[in-house]
Amino acid sequence: MSGPRRALPALALVLALLAAWELYARTGGVDALVLPAPTAIAIALWNDRALLWANFLVTAIEVAGGLAVGLALGGVLGVALHLSGVLRGALYPVLVASQAIPIVIVAPLVVVWFGFGLAPKLAIIALVCFFPVVVTTLDGLRAVDRDLLKVMRTLDAPRGAVLRFVELPAALPAALSGARIAVAVAVIGAVFAEYAGSSEGLGFLMGQAVPRLETPRAWAAVVVLAAFSVTLFTALGALERRLTPDPRARTP
Amino acid sequence: MEAAERARPAAVALEGVGRSYPRRGGGPVAALEGLSLQVGDGEVVGVVGPSGCGKTTLLELVCGLQAPDAGRVEARPAVLMPQRDGLLPWLGALDNAALALRVTGAGREEARAAARPLFATFGLEGFEAARPGALSAGMRQRVAFLRTLLAGKPVLCLDEPFGALDALTRAGMQAWLAEALAREARTVLVVTHDVEEALVLADRVAILSPRPGRVVAELDVDSPHPRRRTDPALGALRERALEALGEAVGT
Repeated sequence: MSGPRRALPALALVLALLAAWELYARTGGVDALVLPAPTAIAIALWNDRALLWANFLVTAIEVAGGLAVGLALGGVLGVALHLSGVLRGALYPVLVASQAIPIVIVAPLVVVWFGFGLAPKLAIIALVCFFPVVVTTLDGLRAVDRDLLKVMRTLDAPRGAVLRFVELPAALPAALSGARIAVAVAVIGAVFAEYAGSSEGLGFLMGQAVPRLETPRAWAAVVVLAAFSVTLFTALGALERRLTPDPRARTP
Repeated sequence: MEAAERARPAAVALEGVGRSYPRRGGGPVAALEGLSLQVGDGEVVGVVGPSGCGKTTLLELVCGLQAPDAGRVEARPAVLMPQRDGLLPWLGALDNAALALRVTGAGREEARAAARPLFATFGLEGFEAARPGALSAGMRQRVAFLRTLLAGKPVLCLDEPFGALDALTRAGMQAWLAEALAREARTVLVVTHDVEEALVLADRVAILSPRPGRVVAELDVDSPHPRRRTDPALGALRERALEALGEAVGT
């Protein structure tokens, strides 16, 4: 593994983008209240570190909880749609259609139903991120080798055993790919959820900072969220590699 | 055919079996038509035919994975060993073989304990923990065969068991399988496109016509085991088998 070396291109790209951004902001391409320079954001990151950290913790808990709900919901739905053709025919189009509903439209409804605590945030994040897991899990389950299923039938394997020993393990990498997409959008879900009604969190902080023209602070919150997103994505990738080890290896 | 007079009770009996599949943009394609074949209890029957003659369909009928459109299929419980090994890449060799027991409710250790002695008997000792990806193609077929044995069914249906192997490995595996079958005394239906393979393994060889497949000849192979591909007695049978195949194909 050459982790640092692999990170080089990404680092170079980020630096180049930051330099261009800095130049654009400094040469007066746009008002600093609309787009602050990266250096101004960095200063805000440092000055507001206590505020950002406290609010980050709130958002992180929401994201973790919402992701857990969303991933579980997505996985269960994926399996259910796989097991029942009737359910697949009935529910799959509805699920697809549900993804066309902008979250800002349903957010107030969720707040009406769940109030202003943690529950509506979890619900909104879960709604935003469950769908990719359904699709990839279902596809993974359906892609299992037909011959293998025939063998299982002649081994008298009950439906549950086929699912447990063959289909679920075979679909795991696909399900985890869906989970990584879910992670990337869960953070956005958290911001929407906090916009819809809350008194803390990074989304709330942004909602407060923008009208007060504290744009560097809003951008600092964005930086924290982005870093969080990348961290989660990477962690899930590592988990995926752990759970789907090299098939050439020996069992532990 | 004298085959029907065998004293052994039939473990598999197919009578005038027909099976066809729908085809996109056309009429149905008949895979099998008027196929009759009996396999006695404990007998090893090799089924040889040109590619696409419905050999896999025949095995799936015997295993109960499909139902015939015409005729009658009677078979004692049968287990399928597919052409590709069908091993689970995330399980070690021992767990792959033991899967036959686990899927019907055995615990992990119980299933492993049942499979372990077979690894010693069938030359797989030391490979218990290896995942399929780390095994040679021949070894994978052995593991797949052990899984088939462990299912504990009276009838084994082997679909081109060595079709994916190179010639040298293939010869070695045929000897290995012949020995394994001698030890196990199961009823076996082995499908292959290789006449010599069938002659080395089977008590009787059934020749299938091109699609729609039906049995056009049956040859008893009486040579004692272990047989070599170069056995002169097999040579004569091989000529007869190839002749029957040639007539069936229409050359």
